[in-house]
Amino acid sequence: MNRIAKRFADLAASGRKALIPYVTAGDPTPDVTLPLLQAMVAAGADIIELGMPFSDPMADGPVIQLACERSLAGGTSVRSLLDTVANFRKTDDDTPIVLMGYLNPVEAMGYEVFAQRCAEVGVDGVLIVDLPPEEALDVAPTFREHNLDLVFLVAPTTTDERMELIGKAGSGYLYYVSLKGVTGAATLDPVEVRGRVETIRKHTKLPIGVGFGIKDAESARLVSQVADGVVVGSALVQQIADNAANPVVIPEKVAAVLRSMREAMDNGKAG
Amino acid sequence: MSEKIDFAAFPDPRGHFGRYGGRFVSETLMAALEDLEAVYNRLKDDPQFQADFDYDMAHYVGRPSPLYFAERLSKQVGGAQIWLKREDLNHTGAHKVNNTIGQALLAKHIGKRRVIAETGAGQHGVASATVAARLGLECQVYMGADDVERQKLNVYRMKLLGAEVIPVTSGSRTLKDALNEAMRDWVTNVDHTFYIIGTVAGPHPYPMLVRDFQSIIGREAREQCLKMNGRLPDALVACVGGGSNAIGLFHPFLNDESVSMYGVEAAGDGIETGRHSAPLAAGRPGVLHGNRTYLMENDDGQIIDTHSISAGLDYPGVGPEHAWLKDLGRVNYVGATDDEALAAFRTLTHVEGIMPALESAHAVAYAMKLAATMSEDQIIVVNLSGRGDKDILTVAALDGFTF
Repeated sequence: MNRIAKRFADLAASGRKALIPYVTAGDPTPDVTLPLLQAMVAAGADIIELGMPFSDPMADGPVIQLACERSLAGGTSVRSLLDTVANFRKTDDDTPIVLMGYLNPVEAMGYEVFAQRCAEVGVDGVLIVDLPPEEALDVAPTFREHNLDLVFLVAPTTTDERMELIGKAGSGYLYYVSLKGVTGAATLDPVEVRGRVETIRKHTKLPIGVGFGIKDAESARLVSQVADGVVVGSALVQQIADNAANPVVIPEKVAAVLRSMREAMDNGKAG
Repeated sequence: MSEKIDFAAFPDPRGHFGRYGGRFVSETLMAALEDLEAVYNRLKDDPQFQADFDYDMAHYVGRPSPLYFAERLSKQVGGAQIWLKREDLNHTGAHKVNNTIGQALLAKHIGKRRVIAETGAGQHGVASATVAARLGLECQVYMGADDVERQKLNVYRMKLLGAEVIPVTSGSRTLKDALNEAMRDWVTNVDHTFYIIGTVAGPHPYPMLVRDFQSIIGREAREQCLKMNGRLPDALVACVGGGSNAIGLFHPFLNDESVSMYGVEAAGDGIETGRHSAPLAAGRPGVLHGNRTYLMENDDGQIIDTHSISAGLDYPGVGPEHAWLKDLGRVNYVGATDDEALAAFRTLTHVEGIMPALESAHAVAYAMKLAATMSEDQIIVVNLSGRGDKDILTVAALDGFTF
């Protein structure tokens, strides 16, 4: 059992839901990322989605676009962020790391080189926004050989046929994008999300994480009541942007947001 | 080529041209692309749809566009006969309208009330705003902030036509960023919005359907050349940014082995300077804007800034079918610099009284070089894809004129 499966199994056994923060690696500077990852784990993160910066993040709103720009300006690349993961693993062998980003930087590095290095440094899964299952057919075996989960997105527009396809192609968990739009755009509708998650469950046994539109403790609590995991990105990245001039405070600022979400999710379950 | 390829049979059912093309988009857009593909596959052979398209091409656009023998230019160059396919005479002044009419007809069939478009030089934006005005559709056009500045006339034309032009200030503030922003709009408003992509790039089925609509250029040119000269041309020349006017001219000739083809990329300050927009000459395969193709990128796979004097060619990618045709060796991809394009702009204006768009001037520049190496009985057809009115301010500024 890999780290992602074990983490979901442990959470299920204790009746809790996964808190899954997203941050862009190297934002705003490369040396913030390691203490930030550690602070997020201490604040209750169960799985970390670590963003690979890209020059043209087409599916992201302005908050994460700017994060990518800061990260690239600081010199972060896929290779360098993999080194950061290696350093993270020296003190944390349990928290799953999923790399999230766009295909071109991975293709430029080379799929075999990338997957091998991911396995070496202790990456557990990969979520590539612009790689739907149809286009993943050629590269999926390479990821599988290196025990990397391929996490796919499910959208509000996804048809039942596609859910079936995605459920079969994906591993680790599925990421339900709760809104039509880019990241950080609006606030989700918990009733609609509940209905969609129930539909997705008919097509897959994989855990379901929900993201897009989770801005605060209350929206995290509502989503945790219907999904297996709560993904929060732009709300955290906004904290990074607001404190980019004074990066030493970033780990604590981000951790404070996560703690409030963790608390609301855990208490929400009891209540 | 070792075995014979039927070029008309591509893309394959999954939208691939060999290893290129495909559908690399986020999940939210997959259903809309599948719908568009299904609708297009149904309509493309539907006689009524074809009749509607043909009617608009004849009576709204003014087709067929002439095939004109540039006799004085040919004499001056001394060599092959240079013939111009006059897409500059189309309504709105460029080939772009062939495609926007086709896609607007699709939008109407699908029942979308709002269209969006990206634009570089503004020609596709104008052509989209034009069909939107005619069909009463809401229209918003994304345009890089730098391009808004250098193509002011077209920005104002779009406003007059009732479209809203949204300047894009992210990234390099040019065409690629306009495309990013249009994709973001589409993913947000996919239920009621049709995205009119302006070139033969983007996710499947766009490269296929844009090519099909633009292929009217090559079908006409083929027929006109046969009728006027009794034979096929020896060479075709067209500029390549995304590559829609080039594929439109080339595609109906691809199976004619005797016809050689030249796609002219923007070499900017010169390929060796790195300041250019020539991914086929100096890039490598990667994935951007929904398809796999040649890209200008750094070693880490980040897209790099491009340069061309013509906003319409200032793009780091190229249509996937061109990437495939390059690898197959069926089309020769070459370059023309800013200076060569400007010189051709002036020459064609002086010698023939035809002012080309700076994009099209790249094709004219290369055709002049090519013609000089060929004999007088040979025929070159150049796609004069647009007229130069929109570029007058740019050229005037170089001449020291301000208005």
